[in-house]
Amino acid sequence: MTAVRFTGISLAALIAATLASAAAAQTIYVSNEKDNTLSVIDGKTMSVTDTIKVGKRPRGITLSKDGTQLFICASDDHAVQVLDLASKKVVHNLPSGEDPEQFALSPDGKSLIIANEDSNIVTVVDVPTRKVAFQVDVGVEPEGMDVSPDGRWGVNTSETTSMVHWIDMEKRQVVDNTLVGPRPRYAQFTRDGSQLWVSSEIGGTVSVIDTASRKVTKVVDFHIKGIAKDRIQPVGVKLTDDGRYAFVALGPANHVAVVDAKTFEVKDYLLVGRRVWQLALTPDQKTLYTTNGVSGDVSIIDVDALKVTKTVKVGRYPWGVAVKG
Amino acid sequence: MTKPRLPGPLRSASLAALAAILLAGTPGAGAQAVGADSIAEIRIGLLSQTPEPPPSVSNPDEPAADDGLAGATLAIADNNTTGKFLKQSFVLDSVEVPPDGDAAAALRELAGRGNRFVIVDAPGATVEALSKLPEARNLLLLNANAPDDALRGSACAANLVHVAPSRAMLADALGQYLVKKRWPRWFLVTGRRPEDKLYADAIRRTAKRFGAQIVAEKEWTAESDVNRTAESEIPVFTQTKAYDVLIVADEVGEFGDYLSYRTADPRPVTGTQGLVPTVWHRTHEQWGAAQLQSRFKAAAKRPMTARDHNDWTAVRVVGEAAARTRTADPDRLIAFIQSPDFTMSAFRGAPLSLRPWDGQLRQPVLLAADRSVVSVSPQEGFLHPRTELDTLGYDQPETLCKTRGKTTP
Repeated sequence: MTAVRFTGISLAALIAATLASAAAAQTIYVSNEKDNTLSVIDGKTMSVTDTIKVGKRPRGITLSKDGTQLFICASDDHAVQVLDLASKKVVHNLPSGEDPEQFALSPDGKSLIIANEDSNIVTVVDVPTRKVAFQVDVGVEPEGMDVSPDGRWGVNTSETTSMVHWIDMEKRQVVDNTLVGPRPRYAQFTRDGSQLWVSSEIGGTVSVIDTASRKVTKVVDFHIKGIAKDRIQPVGVKLTDDGRYAFVALGPANHVAVVDAKTFEVKDYLLVGRRVWQLALTPDQKTLYTTNGVSGDVSIIDVDALKVTKTVKVGRYPWGVAVKG
Repeated sequence: MTKPRLPGPLRSASLAALAAILLAGTPGAGAQAVGADSIAEIRIGLLSQTPEPPPSVSNPDEPAADDGLAGATLAIADNNTTGKFLKQSFVLDSVEVPPDGDAAAALRELAGRGNRFVIVDAPGATVEALSKLPEARNLLLLNANAPDDALRGSACAANLVHVAPSRAMLADALGQYLVKKRWPRWFLVTGRRPEDKLYADAIRRTAKRFGAQIVAEKEWTAESDVNRTAESEIPVFTQTKAYDVLIVADEVGEFGDYLSYRTADPRPVTGTQGLVPTVWHRTHEQWGAAQLQSRFKAAAKRPMTARDHNDWTAVRVVGEAAARTRTADPDRLIAFIQSPDFTMSAFRGAPLSLRPWDGQLRQPVLLAADRSVVSVSPQEGFLHPRTELDTLGYDQPETLCKTRGKTTP
């Protein structure tokens, strides 16, 4: 028995060591909307190691396919900036259309599809040539963006129209629209592409849409004791690759909901910072980072334990978050 | 051909208009018949009437000629952007009634053109008179301006909903903040107009509800040009018992702007001037408001006012209902708007919905200073079992409206 226990302990130590070395390579980037900067967090020490000056009102951020560059929606500069992560310098801008807020990269890394919030347009940029490939008209205040894993669908949510617009990437046009709850903010496909999860900030719900029929098949509702229903405002959504969990940032309710992605039941609510906005998972799926706009910090969540392990102060109004594995 | 005998109020209407009115009364009219691929038209009338400002007012911010209308116009564009995905098209039918003009005739005209939704951006007396017209029975009137609590109470009507907040809601929004700040001793200064008395009544009601105290009250009756005499008159006028804040009730802005920095004691001015409860302010940017602000500015070439915002919201109420129900049938839209399922977003955080007991749109209220939004009510800690929004204005048990359903939302 003693031997087994020893083995147990050393195994735990070994796992911890492996985790630490995995985390050592992780860098977390956070856009600070009101500071015009990015905060860089070291995944090992969980502290801010650098602050990088970028364009005006940085919001959505995403890594390039090879992980060497970070794309940044500099909304008030009306550009998508490309930051070289090694030199920490903006190397060039991509044409983005006006007021880019959020975007998504196609699975091949070649197309960036961008929501132009002020002009009711989605702009698709060809990343290698840095040229606008095409633009499509969508609803009022386009916001959430994603591309299906097979690259067939680009999706966009429009906040005031309350719809998901399905862009056929080959035909280069909107071919279908799905009505969801008021003010849809974020869209994410499941890893197999069979479902699209969409948060509705004012509806207070998350809609699960069947990709094949483009119909809402499930609406997830949230209830937190002691918090009025109308303060529960879902924004960011992150699905784990194994299909186990969906994490939903609940905005001014200051909690992240943990949803069982198979049964659609809410398992838990984790208390984080104030006005939790966007989420990012580490590539190993063990850690979830949240941006908390009003408290100006990032909460770090241990996915296995479903516990908040640390809070890291960043700049003013942290908005987007991306993890380099 | 014999002249048809017309009932009294309709005698002056032309035959064509009469036919249209009768048509408007039948369910489904106003919305063109919908084929599988045809576009359904939804008409929204806007009846605006702006009272003449009193000559004594020195107004540094002359309201724009399209104040209100520009908000409705933008909302029609917003509705149509959504509508193109649902094969719905929205048309604004706007009529401007002069201050002494015939609002009833204008409403008949709008109804005659098939408008089942009419936004009324006019003083309370006009709203009340219009809601009682037989021609208004089948319409939904959306009050986008008048704050009178009587319209939500004794004069409430089944065909009338209120997009603009009531005076009681505005006063409660301000009062909650003052109480939260621990500034519970109020000095109430009321102007000479009837609407100022109503504003003061709302402030008194708020004080009672939230445990504040009106320690002193004065009426501003000066006929002189306050612009020239303020510096000498106001310090004397404001000498009174110890108080925390001065609340001014001066809706047309005859003297309220002259109080700040001139009071005998160094106290903030709030109410109709100074820190003001309002639905909208040009510096408001939270909850995506920045997007609406820039969209409006691009279209109207000026910042959005509260009046623009109320008209925008009224048009969006109809648009949101049409998108949710995917119908252009006015009867179904009217039923949906008044149902507990109706909610919409209006860039102030919490979702807006309709109180069934008085037809009032629930909404957060901004507290704005000249160049910043200071706070948004309801304030934290003012609790309500249904929604915190129902801590503003008349709640269900207090309502004086008897003609509307008492169904629980």
